[in-house]
Amino acid sequence: MPFIPHTESDVAEMLAVIGADSIDDLFDEIPRELRAKGLDGIPAGLSEMEVSRLMQSRARADGQPLCFIGAGAYEHHIPAAVWQITTRGEFYSAYTPYQAEASQGTLQVLYEFQSMMTALTGMDVSNASLYDGASALAEAVLMAVRANRKSKSKRVLMPRNLHPSYRRTCKGLVGNQGIELVEVDFERETGKTPVAALEAAAADGECAAVVLPQPNFFGALEDVDAVTDWAHQRNMLVIGVVNPVALALLTPPGDWGETGADIACGEGQPLGMPLASGGPYLGFLTCKQDFVRQLPGRIAGKTLDADGKVGYTLTLQAREQHIRRSKATSNICTNQGLLVTAATIHMAILGAEGLERVAAACHANTRRLTALLCEIPGVEPLFDGPVFHEQALRLPAPTADVLSALAAHDILGGFDLGAEYPELDPALLVCATEMRTEEDMIIFRDKLANALRGARGEGRGNTA
Amino acid sequence: MLIQEQSRPGRPATAQAPLEMADVSDLPAGLRRQSRAALPEVSELQAVRHYTRLSQQNFAIDTNFYPLGSCTMKYNPRACNSLASLPGFLARHPAAPESHSQGIMACLHELQDMLKIVTGMHAVSLAPAAGAQGELAGVMMIRAYHDARGDHDRREILVPDAAHGTNPASAIMAGFTVREIPTGSNGDVDIAALRDAVGPHTAGIMLTNPSTVGVFDRNIQAIAETVHEAGGLLYYDGANLNAILGKVRPGDMGFDVIHMNLHKTFSTPHGGGGPGAGPVGVSKRLEPYLPVPLVVKDGDAYHWQVEQDRPESIGRMTAFGGNMGILLRAYIYARLLGAEGMRRVSEYATLNANYLLARLKEAGFTAAYPERRASHEFIVTLKKEAKEYGTNAMDFAKRLLDYGFHAPTTYFPLLVPECLLVEPTETEPKEALDGFVDAMTKIRAEAQENPDTLKQAPYSLPVRRLDDVRAARQLDLAWKPAQAED
Repeated sequence: MPFIPHTESDVAEMLAVIGADSIDDLFDEIPRELRAKGLDGIPAGLSEMEVSRLMQSRARADGQPLCFIGAGAYEHHIPAAVWQITTRGEFYSAYTPYQAEASQGTLQVLYEFQSMMTALTGMDVSNASLYDGASALAEAVLMAVRANRKSKSKRVLMPRNLHPSYRRTCKGLVGNQGIELVEVDFERETGKTPVAALEAAAADGECAAVVLPQPNFFGALEDVDAVTDWAHQRNMLVIGVVNPVALALLTPPGDWGETGADIACGEGQPLGMPLASGGPYLGFLTCKQDFVRQLPGRIAGKTLDADGKVGYTLTLQAREQHIRRSKATSNICTNQGLLVTAATIHMAILGAEGLERVAAACHANTRRLTALLCEIPGVEPLFDGPVFHEQALRLPAPTADVLSALAAHDILGGFDLGAEYPELDPALLVCATEMRTEEDMIIFRDKLANALRGARGEGRGNTA
Repeated sequence: MLIQEQSRPGRPATAQAPLEMADVSDLPAGLRRQSRAALPEVSELQAVRHYTRLSQQNFAIDTNFYPLGSCTMKYNPRACNSLASLPGFLARHPAAPESHSQGIMACLHELQDMLKIVTGMHAVSLAPAAGAQGELAGVMMIRAYHDARGDHDRREILVPDAAHGTNPASAIMAGFTVREIPTGSNGDVDIAALRDAVGPHTAGIMLTNPSTVGVFDRNIQAIAETVHEAGGLLYYDGANLNAILGKVRPGDMGFDVIHMNLHKTFSTPHGGGGPGAGPVGVSKRLEPYLPVPLVVKDGDAYHWQVEQDRPESIGRMTAFGGNMGILLRAYIYARLLGAEGMRRVSEYATLNANYLLARLKEAGFTAAYPERRASHEFIVTLKKEAKEYGTNAMDFAKRLLDYGFHAPTTYFPLLVPECLLVEPTETEPKEALDGFVDAMTKIRAEAQENPDTLKQAPYSLPVRRLDDVRAARQLDLAWKPAQAED
């Protein structure tokens, strides 16, 4: 019996103690007519060897293509130590540290993580994670509407150049609470959201907050100082959506404008998490001290034990669902603890300089890739201005056809921008992290040139 | 000591990052960071030693019996981790085309099908990232269903007072109001109170069965009928699915929507607080509203269904479709178990719980619902011990740690005073359960002799009892560089 240790004599002894004749008797409070007839359709169990064989063939089927897609998930080198330590049973098979004295390992990791995230973002406090970047944004929006004491508005400005999946997720998660996300269009020349566009969108009525991605979905760098100051003058809170690796190079949200962003959130995947089809990743959420009681999710705090020794415990639990029930700041319970462990070890090993080297290499590689691809006639940058990590390119042929042709050569050539922004079609969003070599990029250029020469109509398949 | 406090300027782990600092002078100075973030500067050995030592300060399933009620802390098979971490799975970008995704999509599609079968539901989406998100998806679908029928007045969700706190919190996030339904003295929902509560405002009820008091609600058919007749839907909180796996199916009990906690029933890791995975299953009438993405099969090929394919969907719960790596682990676990293995899960979880309860009763402890069968978990109330010795449930919990047992869930559900909610799970041998009874008996003797022994506990852990009040009053939530000079 897989994973069940009972011997026949164990079962007999245990039933005798209970005073039952059979295991089936233990279910005698369940009405007979409700008992399941069987599990038809569930296959018989396999041995570990058989399952290994199956999973190896499935994993092989997905291959290991050369990846030039970024679009919110980035392939970075992960030091070997990160997952070897993270998957130690003591981290892997523990649970939420409700019994603090028996969970100091996890709790100290959470505190260190919170410390690292505040250092990286320049914000005062951090929670101990949410599900992913998009759901973290949804929580940030809810939090901003609750926290803005100067405005009772439930409208939040949402730029169109924010990740399309983030916008959709956020809309679904906050829409039922009467919050209106006001879409703000980007400037066609730069891909950025200028203050004038925000001003025009806000003219229709008071807003509680503005969402400000840096870099935005196109990789373009926004004028974060100007937008932050503009928002604060209008009593709006500023929610920064940032890439933690980019923060090794770029101004942290805590330093935006005169007084800094109020809330900063984002996707923690670049901090030591493999691409893994989209998860598990981790959402981070940081804010100014004033808003700490509006933060959703777990928070670890430092305290003392009965002997005066330093220790760590979950704190401010009166915000949470297991205490406050319907009055909690969020329904979140289980978050992404194991990924927090990986991110913390990843940041500890790389340090600020290591992270900066990674960020610089990504930036240089994306620039180099852009230069190589723009050697191809008809391929050119879609927007003017500085970028980080991503480059939007205009293509001279239908993007879906080009991507299919590249995929046939095991190259994932980027994200089809026209699928989300019809007015930009045909266009491609590409990314080259530090993992891509000069040779990889030259192969991409040559195959893309071939694909463009031979581009012909093939259907556009869905992605998750 | 924190990793930050071990930092020395100029001591980076250089080999783990690119060896050169690339030129980034094209980035406008005004957008650049002025000084480096205060991240630790330590060698790889320092980091490895530090986090290895920290790991050793945890109780975990791999090291200790962990009978945390309602959390299903069962063994997490190692094969699930190593096979879900095969390079093809780890390297796959979430936006990879279907041509490079057929392997994982086959796994996900089969997992959808298996979850349909074990729950008796019509369709399943794997999208929610954890149980609470599954709950939210579930109540959002209930809302979408009523709204689609123009039934806009149904804005109230009924929740038994024994429910997990996530239930009312999720209902609020979906824009509902919450009305509590009392639990009767026998542990079942108070049917008369339920009949009084339902009406034209009832959107649905969120129910856990077996409930959090560790008993199977015998009136489930009457509850289903009452709520359905009033026009409401039934939501099944699958937190306790381990108790009934293969024995009873929520779909057969009349539920319209269910979420499952794969990190409980399907043995994916709890990871110190996640990641989880909270797939949702629905009856036919709710299928159009399922969150995306879904995997469908057409001949031999698998395809994603996303927003444009499912216009009535409540949408997506995370940017990239859920905790895929966790779904893979659950799939591997399900294939290892097979149909027979799944049935055994609930049988042996229930055997262990009833045995442990019988032994504790024998030893003189008080069951909260002595006339009832335990499901996969049960409640012991330490009210008597509190009165006689002045020691509360938390004191017992802390002293258990000294004996090498993780404490059961304490003070939940709220309606039973001084309670311990105990869930042994099917993967514990009889010896572990006997050891737990011995420890509880010894601790009670200690309480009798000198209650302070318990009140001061624990003694043998990395820290003594922690001051939670201080933590909340003198908030210290992050190390700051200035502290280094203290």
